[in-house]
Amino acid sequence: MDLNEKLLSSFIAFEDKVNVNDEVHEIRTAALKRFEQQGFPTKKIEAWKYTSLQTLLKKDFSIFPSSKSVLEYPEVRQYFLHETETFKIVFVDGQYSSFLSETTHDGVDVCLFSAAIEKSKYKHVVDQYFNKITNQKDALSNLNTAFANEGAYIFIPKSKAPVKPIEIVHFATGTTPQILLQPRNLIVVEENAEVQIIERHQALGNVEAFTNSVTEIFAHKNARVDYYKFQNDSMKASIVDNTFIEQHDSSEVSVHTFSLGGALVRNNLNFYQRGSHINSIMKGVTLGSERQHIDHYTLVHHTQPDCESHQDYKGIYDGRSVGVFNGKIVVDKIAQKTNAFQQNNNLLISDTATVNTKPQLEIFADDVRCSHGCTIGQLDEDALFYLQSRGIPKKEAAALLMYAFANNVLESVRNAALSKRVKDMIAEKLGVKIGFDL
Amino acid sequence: MLKIENLHARVEEKEILKGINLEVNPGEVHAIMGPNGSGKSTLASVIAGREDFEVTKGTICFNGEDIEDLDPEERAHAGVFLSFQYPVEIPGVTVTNFIKAAINESRKAKGLDDMPANEMLSKIREKSGLLEIDRKFLSRSLNEGFSGGEKKRNEIFQMAMLEPKLAILDETDSGLDIDALRIVANGVNKLRSKENAIVVITHYQRLLDHIVPDHVHVLYNGKIVKSGTKELAFELEDKGYDWIKAENE
Repeated sequence: MDLNEKLLSSFIAFEDKVNVNDEVHEIRTAALKRFEQQGFPTKKIEAWKYTSLQTLLKKDFSIFPSSKSVLEYPEVRQYFLHETETFKIVFVDGQYSSFLSETTHDGVDVCLFSAAIEKSKYKHVVDQYFNKITNQKDALSNLNTAFANEGAYIFIPKSKAPVKPIEIVHFATGTTPQILLQPRNLIVVEENAEVQIIERHQALGNVEAFTNSVTEIFAHKNARVDYYKFQNDSMKASIVDNTFIEQHDSSEVSVHTFSLGGALVRNNLNFYQRGSHINSIMKGVTLGSERQHIDHYTLVHHTQPDCESHQDYKGIYDGRSVGVFNGKIVVDKIAQKTNAFQQNNNLLISDTATVNTKPQLEIFADDVRCSHGCTIGQLDEDALFYLQSRGIPKKEAAALLMYAFANNVLESVRNAALSKRVKDMIAEKLGVKIGFDL
Repeated sequence: MLKIENLHARVEEKEILKGINLEVNPGEVHAIMGPNGSGKSTLASVIAGREDFEVTKGTICFNGEDIEDLDPEERAHAGVFLSFQYPVEIPGVTVTNFIKAAINESRKAKGLDDMPANEMLSKIREKSGLLEIDRKFLSRSLNEGFSGGEKKRNEIFQMAMLEPKLAILDETDSGLDIDALRIVANGVNKLRSKENAIVVITHYQRLLDHIVPDHVHVLYNGKIVKSGTKELAFELEDKGYDWIKAENE
């Protein structure tokens, strides 16, 4: 039985576990129907031209992990940003770990999606926002919606901000050797509210985890959201991350994606602007090695006048890794005075690494500033020699040049602890210890 | 300190150095002059260990050790410094962080811990003062948007920080106005000692008014065709390089 069939047949089992009499389940059922018609995307679909899921789909993924694994904090401490200075919503093999989590209902709601869909208190929020901005043409988003039951639920009411950043962390333990995880996050940030979120997926040991996640983020008037995705998973884990963001007047949402680990990584990042004076920011640093395949697919839809979007993705590819950047910008006719900026720069470190980069601009307004640029280059030999001649060994010199290359993105990280963590992760991946802070 | 014997080097198929002999002792200043394309910069790069050049014959010994198999960074750790004719711009790395990395990597190679921050800071203050470098300059990205003079001053600042045994100054005077030339030359002179040596590569005699050489060599067509004292530099300034070319055709 292939994964497609297996998923369809497990839906009945899934229905035993959830409430089938609410609107959420109607949405699930409709999504399953769409997925059934669509099937998994193949390379024939334009959006998946450079990324194939075929190898992954041949694996015998377990859809409902049977036993619940327990992790002790010291075992996984290294994957958290901070022991006490963050809220934590933690999942182990797809199941909520209350032991590792620190949630709150103090002025804001930082808790579980499964709890939110069950409790009447949250019903109006779920009804208003759940699955309202996912792409129904996207099979994987539909698949996630069909099985949507667990993930993070974050609600920040008007003019509030949580007292500390929120970490959403998913562990796969290897109790089940091949596991499919489908977390579903719903994040609503009301007028003048703010939040900072860090998301991480971590497979422990040899487990082959395949994560198909969907996150919906709603940023209302003047809201501010900083979202950081740490993709530093094991080389046996894969992820398709589907993130949908709706923004209203004068809101600012930034998403930083640091893609260092993982066998196959696909990020579908979608911004829908529904007001004016909106700023949408997408930044990424990608470090590919071995046989990694890392694909960034971004979409910004400018639908109102006087908005901005800024994209800056830096990719560094070594080994036989493959990188993809597809950046789509749509500017509606009414969206005059749009300022859309897109930049994708890549370095190929080895002769066997590949990058496919493709800007896609659809501009229907006539008074806009849209600029885009993509480059593919190599490490500058003159610069390497220059650094070496000052006593910096070749490996460190190369790392320094890579840091410098990614510096614009690294500098835009607003939280000092986060910024340091990102730099440390990069140094670890490059196998260097640079004797100073950049 | 530096002993080069019958050095031949090529880049791709083109032979550029065709039998160089040069001996530099501690405390000495040597000037290497010569027309464009004679191989001056190649000689500097080969001593510093640039991989693009292949040494086909001959030896380079530094403090009695053949350095042919050493990487550029290992040569730097041994005390070789090259001031670049065209310093490379590295956006995203500040002058200060770069020099810290350079010093600490050299210390690491010698089994030492990182230089304490306060010591580093006072050293940076002292050496930047010597070269009349503005503090703001130190937090700028390395060489990015620097004028020609700033780049060269920054090279000598790095030399001052790294305290090499042998400094090779490749066309350090090019792109400098008179004032900058004086500042750079003063900086270099203050770094001279009985223990270290300097090789100045230049087209023109004017830098040598400030950094007075003990020996002057004329490099032409990959060979040192004439050696003498500082008077040779004056002679070249007077007569140009044509007579050298004529003698060696």
